[in-house]
Amino acid sequence: MGHDTQFQAKSKKQYEYDRHHNAVHMRKQVVNFAIMIFLTFLAFAVVVADFSAYFIKPVILLLAGVQVVLQLYSFMHMDDKKASHMGVISTFVWFGAVIAFTMFLTFLTIIWW
Amino acid sequence: MSSAAVTNNKGFGATLWDYLTTVDHKKLGVMYLFAGTLFFAIAGFEALLMRLQLMIPNNDFVSAGTFNELLTMHGTTMLFLAATPLLFGFMNAVVPLQIGARDVAFPFLNSLGFWLFFLGAIFLHLSFFLGGAPDAGWTNYASLALYSPGHGIDFYVLGLQISGAGTLISGINFIVTIITMRAPGMTFMRMPLFTWTTLITSALITFAFPPLTVGLFLMLVDRMFDANFFDHTMGGNTIIWEHLFWIFGHPEVYILVLPAFGLFSEIIPVFARKRLFGYSSMVFATILIGFLGFMVWAHHMFTTGLGATANAIFAVATMAIAVPTGMKVFNWIMTIWGGSVKVTVPMLYALGFIPSFVAGGVTGVMQAAAPLDYQLHDSYFIVAHFHYVIVGGIVTAIFGSMHFYWPIMFNRALSEKLGVWTFWIFFIGFHCTFFIQHFLGLMGMPRRVFTYQADQGWDLFNFISSIGAILMAIGVVLLVINIIITAKSKPLNCRDYWGDGRSLEWAIKTPVPFYNFKQTPLVRGYDPYWLEKHDGNKEGMIYAEPLGDIHMPNNSILPLVMSIGMFVAAFGALYHPDGKAWAIPVLILGLAITVGAMIVRSVKDDLGFHVHVEEIVATEEHLYGNGGNK
Repeated sequence: MGHDTQFQAKSKKQYEYDRHHNAVHMRKQVVNFAIMIFLTFLAFAVVVADFSAYFIKPVILLLAGVQVVLQLYSFMHMDDKKASHMGVISTFVWFGAVIAFTMFLTFLTIIWW
Repeated sequence: MSSAAVTNNKGFGATLWDYLTTVDHKKLGVMYLFAGTLFFAIAGFEALLMRLQLMIPNNDFVSAGTFNELLTMHGTTMLFLAATPLLFGFMNAVVPLQIGARDVAFPFLNSLGFWLFFLGAIFLHLSFFLGGAPDAGWTNYASLALYSPGHGIDFYVLGLQISGAGTLISGINFIVTIITMRAPGMTFMRMPLFTWTTLITSALITFAFPPLTVGLFLMLVDRMFDANFFDHTMGGNTIIWEHLFWIFGHPEVYILVLPAFGLFSEIIPVFARKRLFGYSSMVFATILIGFLGFMVWAHHMFTTGLGATANAIFAVATMAIAVPTGMKVFNWIMTIWGGSVKVTVPMLYALGFIPSFVAGGVTGVMQAAAPLDYQLHDSYFIVAHFHYVIVGGIVTAIFGSMHFYWPIMFNRALSEKLGVWTFWIFFIGFHCTFFIQHFLGLMGMPRRVFTYQADQGWDLFNFISSIGAILMAIGVVLLVINIIITAKSKPLNCRDYWGDGRSLEWAIKTPVPFYNFKQTPLVRGYDPYWLEKHDGNKEGMIYAEPLGDIHMPNNSILPLVMSIGMFVAAFGALYHPDGKAWAIPVLILGLAITVGAMIVRSVKDDLGFHVHVEEIVATEEHLYGNGGNK
């Protein structure tokens, strides 16, 4: 398959479209980056503010969960629906997460010491 | 390379070099098949020794220690080093042809996977000559393994770590191959069932082997560097090993049995001469089995005291697996039902498989009932159950598929007559050996004992069981004789040997050229070859592209070098706790070899080569005579 590679010069329209597309993409990237920094700051803030441990632990875990999702979908491009085999990739990532979670659950619940 | 394919007269050295460096999925398939058969024979021989020991009460044919080594190596070898590579052999040989691909997605990694598996296996077996084999059972429970003297367990840990890495690499390779390299028109719901089960199996490998790797690594540091993960006296917990092992171990069972299901799903429609009944439900059932396979591991540990709630949850989840499995069984029966059945050797194995596997499944559901499992646990009932599943399900699939796919893999056909004899002797031997073990278990005989007292009512049943084992051994020897005789027979040079092939692999004329299809085929529906035959297309397929240059990967010796590096490093790690001065240098040397080969691989561009149209035409004429593959 694909014996020849074709090269094509970009038209003006295409160039402008790409520029706009890249700008939108970059804006999204920066916004998500800011959110990440803010969430990290929050995590540190609750610790420094010296709240009860029963408050700090779930909040930090929640923030971590949000950051994982952001990381996967924004910075690792899982939100890019048009990329090839994105469905397969999501399936594998989330199936792996489910399995890892059952192990986590097991080690916390049914292993006695 | 391409000219080498045209000229056949190569010396021994050149042929050997070709096999050491090959990245061709067909050759690697053959190598997997022979390596798997070798370890199958070794592990089978170990089983025979065990059955001879248990033939009569108070026997002293082998000592208790040797018996422990035999049972451990039998289980470990059969599962990791015989069944897995034999199935990988078929996956390699068949799947790329079934989906109309030139090779797997990463041919280099395919070769690396094989060599890691092979050298890991050799390393494990060297333990017999270097102070004793592992002796804590194939499950290697930490409470036993940590206190096993000598290096047996270290061989187990390091050998499985290396061969497990090979399996993991191959699994990932097949996922990528099946998802990205299907021929145009081969949608997911047109993929043959064997391709589907290979995909799901590879996914299971990807998710199941990491827990094993972690478990083995913890065991390694526990034994070699005095860590205390599993030592309860130091605040560790021996149950953690059991969980890690079975989180891997239960999916491993499905890793083995799903390809077997796939192989039978190929064999049955061909010889029933009917479309596979309920294709989409078969696919759905495969996915469901794969998913549920991860949710049931604790049913191996009902008696460790997980508590009633956990036991109940895992019992119900385990029983749920019977539903998709039952769907599959009914679909196979419905495929045969009303078909114009040709009872060839592969079909015989398929017909033998269905009742045997169902028997294994039924005892499985019995054990899933946690209260009953307290009675059955660690008895011969368990041994009978998993041998019904593994021999009745997987070994029959492997033997049947050897007959089924031999024409594609070797361009020769195994003798039907000898095959029928093999089948009956093996099949009768199998039931003779294991059926009676159910009752031995119910009568209270524990598993993994090296001998037993006379007059407990076990004598006759053990004797019958051992006779059965001898019959099975005769069956296997007949199969090997069949293979040797066949090697001398005339090449077939035909397409669709069985006359009723349905999927793409039968559309190609044997011997299969190293680039597989000269033009990528176009798939117009499920069972593409059958569709084309039905439409009167003599060539068996229509093409998705004009005849053009084919891009193929270069051979490489680097996978073997990398694997040898790991092999050497394993010796260093093994002897380090003995305080040998050379241990650390050997470890470093081994890792340096591996890393060096990886650097060479990364730095040196290897873009493969093109087979030009003239060479393709010449190869086709050489293989198939004037006019090429028409």
